[in-house]
Amino acid sequence: MAAILRDLLRHNVEFRIGAVLVGAVLLLSVLASFSPYPPLDVYVVPPDLPPSPSHWFGTTSRGQDVFWQLSFALRNTLLFGCTVALISRLLALAIGLLSGYSGGWIDRALMSINDTFIVIPLLPLLVLFYFVMRDRMSWLMLALIMACLGWAYDARLIRSVAMSLKSREFTETSLFSGMSTREILVQEHLPYVLPIVFSTTMNNMVWSIGLEVTLAVLGFTDINTPTIGSMIYWANQHTAMVAGVWWWVAFPTVAVIMTFIGLFLLAVSMNDYIDPRSRLRSVGGTS
Amino acid sequence: MRKGRYLVYAIRRLAQFVLVVFIGVNLAYVITHATPIDPVEQSISAVTSFGNTAPAAIEEMRRSLRELYGLSGSPVEQYLVFWKRILRADFGPSLSAFPTPVSALVARALPWTAGLLTVSTIIAWGLGTLLGGLAGYDRTNRGLKLMGVVAMGLHPIPYYILALLLLIVFGFLWPVLPISGGSAMNLPQGLSVDFVLSVALHAILPALSLILIGVGSWFLGMRALVSNVVTEDYVVYAELAGVRPWRILSSYVMRNALVPQVTGLAISLGGIFNGAVITEKVFGYPGLGSLLVDAVYAGDYGLVLGVTTVSILGVSIAVLAIDLLYPLLDPRVKVR
Repeated sequence: MAAILRDLLRHNVEFRIGAVLVGAVLLLSVLASFSPYPPLDVYVVPPDLPPSPSHWFGTTSRGQDVFWQLSFALRNTLLFGCTVALISRLLALAIGLLSGYSGGWIDRALMSINDTFIVIPLLPLLVLFYFVMRDRMSWLMLALIMACLGWAYDARLIRSVAMSLKSREFTETSLFSGMSTREILVQEHLPYVLPIVFSTTMNNMVWSIGLEVTLAVLGFTDINTPTIGSMIYWANQHTAMVAGVWWWVAFPTVAVIMTFIGLFLLAVSMNDYIDPRSRLRSVGGTS
Repeated sequence: MRKGRYLVYAIRRLAQFVLVVFIGVNLAYVITHATPIDPVEQSISAVTSFGNTAPAAIEEMRRSLRELYGLSGSPVEQYLVFWKRILRADFGPSLSAFPTPVSALVARALPWTAGLLTVSTIIAWGLGTLLGGLAGYDRTNRGLKLMGVVAMGLHPIPYYILALLLLIVFGFLWPVLPISGGSAMNLPQGLSVDFVLSVALHAILPALSLILIGVGSWFLGMRALVSNVVTEDYVVYAELAGVRPWRILSSYVMRNALVPQVTGLAISLGGIFNGAVITEKVFGYPGLGSLLVDAVYAGDYGLVLGVTTVSILGVSIAVLAIDLLYPLLDPRVKVR
């Protein structure tokens, strides 16, 4: 593991930039634990102060310090992305491995459902969900429903790897030595698909955080929990751009762009690393 | 490809389309009916919170809402009524624009969204694919390399953030383009030159935010595909045989890489539609997205449900169309 990281850091520009961006965002989110102000309190500092040495990123019209608010928001947003990614990975792995290994009608049935979830536009459904839930919508609930809707694309990817593993000799050996389907999938096939699972995790986080920001800026989530989206929502509610409180919008926007580009670059560099052809090219060999 | 095999393929795709619509509508049903909250009480509290209403009037409203949204009767009956309304495209009158029927509001908004999405998707896909193909083929070109870096930076940004940035740039810093609405207010809607021009002008910013992100993703996809195709034996052979570079690029490389790009288009339409919803809201574009968001703010249950259903239907029809055209565009595709 350490050797892989070292190789990536040495030979892969995308990984370096991605690691720096994600590292900075992570650092800021960890700082939330040291915040002098509770995240939900308003009017703890003078409102509408521009960035200064005492308030690095300025203060909001609600009397909150943008720096500390942003730190809480990043922590919640990243936690949200990780929760969705974790749960949807489990679903994608279970469905992808089973579908690829079983073949036949199980595969066809699972993939039909899979393709359905790829095609359906999810935002209107999530909006409908909010419309029905209203104030009872918590971020955990949103994370759960998004995990249940967001596994399809990666399940198909995992399935294609599982299909190629099926015809390998060791699968037959383990089958003849009496292992059950579940044992073969978990003990034999899972290690081979883990690299793709890592890279899809990043992409899935980009997807889920993007949707969360979208829903939150419209006010369609639990807007009292500080996330990047809800920060921008409150800034819009107080017409921060028109009032000239640009720092309230600018810093969350910059932070979220850093998060997205960072996660995306990590995913890209991992994909490059998994593919032996491009890995060879990146360390300077000829393919 | 033989006709019979295409027919089998088309029937399979059609079955998939029916499944998508079936599951989508069922999801909508489950979301609206399996939650502990009663949408009728929601609507009523939304209306009554604005002032005092006579109890008798509330009772009357509650009964008619229950009938309208098929919430009376046994669960099986409710389910059947739900489907009947959807198949008839009858979502009752809109609460927020009473008594205009929901279907009329949706029909008014649909052309805006369809037009915006079609134009911006075609431009983004075409431009991204073409430039990505060139970038994958000619890895030394500096301009194309720079374009790759820009694409990597643009592609992962969510639609809302990019739309917000465009709004700030063209709304506050350099106000040259209209930032709100679908056309100028004072023009009659019709096929006059002024109206068409005004529509085009108002579409620039919403389309641009969809295109900028789209170009990035198609560019990266096509570049990766082409750089894999370029190393294939038949391309090396064609180069050695002295086939002109332009011909190699167009008929040996691009043509082969195009197939997964078309599949990719079908797969990502749902996501592009999500982007259009939020982009429309940011720029106040009079399409389905704005209608959906405003319906939620107004507490208009029928309208939210109607827009959701129509979006699912619209996106699946578009995907079906791409799927059906795709073997015709590329005769090499194996039809299973």
